[in-house]
Order: sequence, then structure tokens, then C-alpha cells
Amino acid sequence: MAHFTKATSLHDWLNQRLAIDAVRRVMATEYWIPKDINFLWAMGMVLAITFAFLLVSGIFLLMYYQPNVKTAFDSVNYTIMTEVDFGWLWRHVHGVAASVVFLVIYIHMFTGIYYGSYKKGREMIWLSGMLLFVTFSAEAFSGYMLPWGQMSYWAGMVITNIFSLGDLHLNGLVEWIRGDYVPAQAFLNRFFMLHVLLLPLAIMGLIGLHFATLRIPHVNNQEGEEFDFEAEAEKYKKGDKKGSKVIAFANDFMSKDMFVVSIYLIFFFYLVFFHYDFAMDPVNFDPADGLKTPTHIYPEWYFLWSYEILRPFSTNIGLMAFGFAQVIYMLLPFLDRSPNAVPAHKRGAFKIWFWLLLINMIVLTAMGKMPPEGIFSTIGFFAALSFIGLWIALPIITKAERKL
Amino acid sequence: MRELKILAVVVVFTLITYYLVEPFAHSHMHKHVEGEGYAYADLPALDKKGDAARGKELVMGAGACTGCHAISKEGMPAGMDPTMAAQSYGVNPPDLSNAGAVYEGKFLAALIKNPAHALMVEHKFDAAKGKMHPMPQFYGAGGDKDQEVADMVAYLQSIAPKTEELTSEQAYQLACGRCHENRYAGWTQIGQTPKFKKKQDELKFNLAKADYQDALTKYMGKLPPDLSIYIRSRGEHYIKTFVENPQAYLAGTAMPRVGVSPEAMDKVIEYLEDSGDAKRHERESVGKKVMIFTLVFALFAYLWKKSLWKELH
Repeated sequence: MAHFTKATSLHDWLNQRLAIDAVRRVMATEYWIPKDINFLWAMGMVLAITFAFLLVSGIFLLMYYQPNVKTAFDSVNYTIMTEVDFGWLWRHVHGVAASVVFLVIYIHMFTGIYYGSYKKGREMIWLSGMLLFVTFSAEAFSGYMLPWGQMSYWAGMVITNIFSLGDLHLNGLVEWIRGDYVPAQAFLNRFFMLHVLLLPLAIMGLIGLHFATLRIPHVNNQEGEEFDFEAEAEKYKKGDKKGSKVIAFANDFMSKDMFVVSIYLIFFFYLVFFHYDFAMDPVNFDPADGLKTPTHIYPEWYFLWSYEILRPFSTNIGLMAFGFAQVIYMLLPFLDRSPNAVPAHKRGAFKIWFWLLLINMIVLTAMGKMPPEGIFSTIGFFAALSFIGLWIALPIITKAERKL
Repeated sequence: MRELKILAVVVVFTLITYYLVEPFAHSHMHKHVEGEGYAYADLPALDKKGDAARGKELVMGAGACTGCHAISKEGMPAGMDPTMAAQSYGVNPPDLSNAGAVYEGKFLAALIKNPAHALMVEHKFDAAKGKMHPMPQFYGAGGDKDQEVADMVAYLQSIAPKTEELTSEQAYQLACGRCHENRYAGWTQIGQTPKFKKKQDELKFNLAKADYQDALTKYMGKLPPDLSIYIRSRGEHYIKTFVENPQAYLAGTAMPRVGVSPEAMDKVIEYLEDSGDAKRHERESVGKKVMIFTLVFALFAYLWKKSLWKELH
């Protein structure tokens, strides 16, 4: 049994029991972050804040939402939007945050790719991040089912159909996933459970893992410079804050994070109050109707690129290409064979690869929304081929990269 | 400086993506129809000056309007309840008390002369094929037919509320409400849902509503949709232009041209906003306050960062 003395203050009382001083040191004042960073390094905090918005708004929505195919639509569009005080605010915050969180995730991902932050000991950061991307995607999809509008129903139909896996005709699997032959009550109930319990739990666990993976390899910096964190930390602690290459997580890094967050919040709340339509598809304001297929069925914007990799091919090949797109980002640390963990602008061919990939993703996203006809179909087909080609080329061009 | 350049790159790529998936994609997916300003240019102008007193005699007499239409404002009740009317005619003929305010004058004149033509449903009602529109044409009362029609229109306008007095409920109920339910506003095709004291009253009301809807479904081909949140699912532009000329969007639709005046259309939109976007005023006022808060928060965050980083650089 540890030895406890009579506490001199509440702080001391807590400190004896929870070691709050040590925790504060490890988590904040002596958690070292490189100084040479830009605002893109604050995207983690922006994501954490957005996730907090999603969680809090979700808790309020959960108090009035009814997971029943007969009442779900009106519980969202009437009860929450009209009868509940500020229900509209929680719903718009939830809907806009669900869309914006993916914008920030993509910025965060492409920042990591640009600066090589998945290499040389940082592979676990990348892998845990990609797992978060996958669980966020599942969370977004399951949440999209809940208002039980036309797009909820038909997106649910289309996406669960993918699991029949083309010529394998795994209809039993599709029925097992749906709990019925078509999306109905069992389907809504299980996606409700996934959305409000299982997936949020997984996300919170993975966020913890993602933070933990940063601890040993440390956060990357703008030039990919390798330095001795211990030595730089000593310098900082001795008072040479100007000369040290590191800063403390709190309050140095936190103050920059908060400034970036504040700019982000201006953008975020502008969308919530004055430009929310982009995040809430008009088609989903028609109640689900299994006898009336909407003219155009498309996923939310953040899934469009992978949808477009599925769409331009025949069923079986499309599914293979789709599967490829789902796992390939995960493998990035192992496909990049270059010995250099530096920003793309110092890496020759990789720099071109990076910008081509980004443009390719945007083209795929745009074509994924267009009706699959004429020129758009052709552009989509070649963009999907280019996507696969780019990833096949990656090990070859990075293998050829000179060591810096 | 470097951070601003990076920010510019992020913003440009974000905006390009937004442009492509929103305005660009939607402009390709949906047919764009320009509004015609409720001019109803295909209908002849109403150039004769009507005499309301003479018009009243025609409406009550030779025009035979009150055989089917109520004019409650003038003490003329409906001959039958909405459900029975729908079972007889397909849809409940409207009470004409507010018709002069909701419908454009030239549209009313054209409607009296040839309903199927004014309503743009000649593909459905063709007298030559024996398919008559339930509202008979006015063949004249023996004098100058154009003058007689102008008189009737003048009479309907004289009893209607003035433009500024027309309420959004009156506009919706007459222009849309006999076919379209609006459950978020409590409106059904047979009227506003009352507060029921007894279960029996509720059952009777719902039975009458179901019977009305059956008759309407038979008449229209399908039950016209509930408009509760059409302001969110279709948007103001679509609704306004669709009402003006349904055939421009959906060739062959059973939905008639409604012939509303622009002022009445604004009232209809207000009604749809009240049911489908009820908290819009609160959203705007809270939105402004939150924007001011975030700007002040950003200022303090900047000052805090600056004070700490002074020692770091």
C-alpha cells in the first residue's frame, strides 16, 4: 500500500491519488512537438473538435430520434426540426460536421502523404489513421440511413447489394446484413445500433490508439528533419526556447492549434447557419419509398471517388477495382520504397505522383456524381484506370528515388 | 507567408471540388426551367373592363357556378362535403371566395371559357374523345361572351381579399390544398385536422380523408404528394416554376397549371416555409450571433498564440 500523508490542498490530495502533476507533464507541458510546423499540423485538433461536435449533437439528437421505419422520417424532419427547441441547430451541426469531418480527414491524409509522415517508424500512425478513416466511413454511412429518406433507403439498397459480390451471388450474405430481403425495420435497427454504439466505441478506441502511435516516433516536421528530441527538450527546459527545435504541446502548440481551430470554426458555423444544403441532400427530404427509385442515386461527396472506381467497369471487374481502392491507401507505407522521409517537393518523381493523385481523386469525385453517360462516363473510366495505374507505379518510381 | 500559400492551395482545391460536385453536377442532373413571371403568355389578355354587379348575376345565375362551387363569403354554402364532392368530380371544386386574389385575372377568364386548356390538361381531357373535364365550359349567356367572362372575373375579384390581406393559409388551401396534404401544417385535403375530443370523431375524420384520397387517386392517377417539406426537397425555384407550368418539367403530368398570381405564389411559398423550414428566422438570428462569437474567439486565440510564440521565435 502506498504511503499517503494528510493533504495540504485539494491539488495535493488529488496528486497523491492520481499523480496529476506527472500526468500533466507527460501529456502536456513536456510532450514535445517540433517547432517547424505549419497550420496543417493542427488538423488533428480540428478533427478532435469536429468529433466532439458530432458526439454532443448526436447525444441531443438521440433523445428525440425514433428508429422505426414508420416514425423515423418525421421524428427527424418534424419533431427535431420544429418541435424541439434548437433541435434544428443540433441537426444542422451534426449533418454539416459529418460532411466537413471528411474534408478535414482528406486534408489530414494528404498532408501525411505530402510530408512522408507514414515512413520510418511512423507506419502505425498511418495504419491507425486509415482504420479511423474506415470506421468514420462506416459511421457516416450508417448515420445516413437513419432519417429514412429516399436516399437513405436507396443508398442502403445499393451499398448492401455490393456484398453479393457480383457473380458470386452471395444473396444470403446480403440478406444476413439487411436482416430482410430489402432494407426495412431490422435494417434500420441494426444500422441505428452501429451508428450510436458499436462504431462510436470503435472510433473512440482508435482515436486513443492513433494518439498513442504518435508518442514514440514523434510528430513529423515541415522539412522532414531528424533530430534528437531529448537534447532539444533539455534546451527548452533550460530556458533556450528560441534555440530549441521543440515546443511544448501545452500551451505552445495548443495556442497555435486553437488559433487554427478558431479560423476553422468561422468556416464551420458559416456552413451550419448559412450554407448547410450541400451536406443534406434534397432527395433525402422525401420519405423512403421502396416503389419509387430516385432518378439519380449517388453517395455523399466523400465516397464519390471510390464509387467512381466501382462504376465504370463491368460488375466483377468493378468490384475488384473497388476492393483495390478500399485497401490501397492502407498499404502506402509499404508501397513507398524510397529511403527518404522528406516532403514531396524534395523527392522528384514522387512530387509529380502526389499532385497527380490529388487531381485524380478530384476528377473521380466529380465524375462519381455525374450521371454515367457520354463524356463523363469516359472521363470516369480513364480516371479509374489512372488511379490503379498511379498506385502500381508508386513502388517503381519510389524504388528509383536517390537517397538524399 | 508560406502558411498563406499552403492555405491558398488547400482552399483552391476544396473550392474546385465543391464546384464540381455541387453546382456543376446538379446543373447536369436537373433540368433548369426559367420562370415566366406568371405572365401566362399563351392565354389571351383580359382587355374588357368587367362589371362586378353584372358578374355577380352571371355567377349566381346563367353561369351556374354555384351549382358546384361554394362562395362562403357571399353566404353560398357548398352543396356537399369535400369527400362526396371528390367522389362526384374527382377533386373538391374550390370555394370561390378567394379565387379573385389567388388566381391571375386572365387565367380565371381562360379557365371559365375552357378549363382543360387553361389548366394545361388537354392531354387528359379531350372532349373529342369523350373525356370531359369535370368543370363544364361556359358557352355564354346570350350576350358578348368575352364581356360576360370579364364581368364574372371582376365580380370574383371584388369579393376577394386585397392582395396584402391574403393569408398564406388561404393561398395554399385554394391553390394546392385540395390535392396536396401538408401533415406538418396539420392540413389534409378535406381541411385542417381538428383537435378531437372523441376517438369516434378522429376515426370519422380519417375515414372521410381516406375516402377523399381514394377518389383523388383515381382522378389524378396517383395520390399527389404531401408538401410538408417540399421547400427542402425541391426548393423555392423548382416549386415556383413547376406550379407555373408543370408540363415544362414533367410532360404528361396530371398536375394542372394552377394559374396563381405572383403575390399568391409568394404566400404559398411562405406557407411551405412555415411547415418545412419553421425555424428559419431563429436560424438566421442565432447564426449572426454565433458568427460574432467565433470572430471574437478567433481574435483572442490569435492574441494568445502571439503572446506565447513571441518567446519561441
